[in-house]
Amino acid sequence: MTCTEFLAQLDDLLDEKIPGTMRDDLSQHLRDCGHCVITYNTTRKTIEIFRSHEIYELPDALRERLHAAILAKCRKGCS
Amino acid sequence: MQHTVKHVYYECSIRSGVVTRRLASAYSGGKVEFLKPSVMTNIQPTGTEEIHPDVALVARAKEGDVAAFEILVRQYDRQVFRIAQHITQNREDAEDVVQDAFLKAYEKLNQFQGNSKFYTWLVRIAVNESLMRLRKRRTGRMVSIDEDVETEEGSMPRDLADWSPDPEMMYGQSELAEILRKTIQGLPPGFRTVFALRDVEGLSTEETAEALGLSVPAVKSRLLRARLQLRERLSRYFRKKNIDGGEK
Repeated sequence: MTCTEFLAQLDDLLDEKIPGTMRDDLSQHLRDCGHCVITYNTTRKTIEIFRSHEIYELPDALRERLHAAILAKCRKGCS
Repeated sequence: MQHTVKHVYYECSIRSGVVTRRLASAYSGGKVEFLKPSVMTNIQPTGTEEIHPDVALVARAKEGDVAAFEILVRQYDRQVFRIAQHITQNREDAEDVVQDAFLKAYEKLNQFQGNSKFYTWLVRIAVNESLMRLRKRRTGRMVSIDEDVETEEGSMPRDLADWSPDPEMMYGQSELAEILRKTIQGLPPGFRTVFALRDVEGLSTEETAEALGLSVPAVKSRLLRARLQLRERLSRYFRKKNIDGGEK
C-alpha cells in the first residue's frame, strides 16, 4: 500500500468504518510508514480537540433574548 | 468544479433507535443551487421506521402550539448558533441567523413532512441563511458551498512534524480557543461548513450531504481535505519542540 492509498482510506479509518481485510492492510502500512503514523495520529487529535472544546458559546443572556424575540414573532404569526 | 443536482432519492434505515435517511445525489457539471427545504417534501420514505421525538413537537407546532416550537428552539439553538458562527465567522450575523432560521422554519413548517429529521431540515435552513449573511459581508459577492474547494492544499500532508504528547496542555483554555477559532477561520467556507457539521456537530456523512445538498462523495472529499488542512494549520502550534526551544 502506498501513502496515497493510505490517505484515501484515512477518513474511514478515523471514523472506524474500515472492513477487516482493509484494516489489516492499513495497519501493516502504519507499521512501515512513520509519516503516515504522524498524519493519522495528529489528524485524529485535530478532530478530538475541535470536538472537545466549545469555541462558539451562546451565552445564557443572549440565548434568552433570542428566544423571546423568536417566540414573540411566532405568536404574531411571524409577520 | 461546481455541480448541479440531477437526481435525488432517499433510503431509510434505523440506527441507534432513530430513523436516518440518506439523500443520495448524482451530480453533473454546472452551478450549485441551494435546495429549498421544500424540495425534500416531495419524496416519500419507505420501509419500517421509528418515530423521532421531534415529530410530535413539529405536529403540535404546525397546529400553532408555540410552546411546542419553543422546545425545539431550546433543543437546537446552540447548535444553530455554532454552525452559523463557523460559517459566517461573525457574532452578530450568527445571532441574526439563529433568529431568522427558526422563524423561517416556523413559517415553513407545513412544508416539512418528516421525510428528513427536523434537525437536518433546520440545519439546511441555517446553512443557507449563514451563506446569505456571508455574501452580504462580502459586498454582494456570491458565496457558495463550493467556493475555493478546488485548492490543492490538504490533498497530501506536507508538514509531517509530530505533535507534543499532550498539545492542549501547551496553552490556556482561552488561548487554545483562540487558536482553534483562527485555525478554522482560515478554511474556505465549503470546507469549514462540512467539518463543522460532520465533526463538531456530529451529523453523519449522509445527513451532512442532505443538509448541504451535496453528494456523499463530495462530503467525504471535503471532509478529508478540511481535516488535513486543519491538522496542518494546528501543527504550527502543537508541534514537538526540542529542549532548546527549536522545532524538531
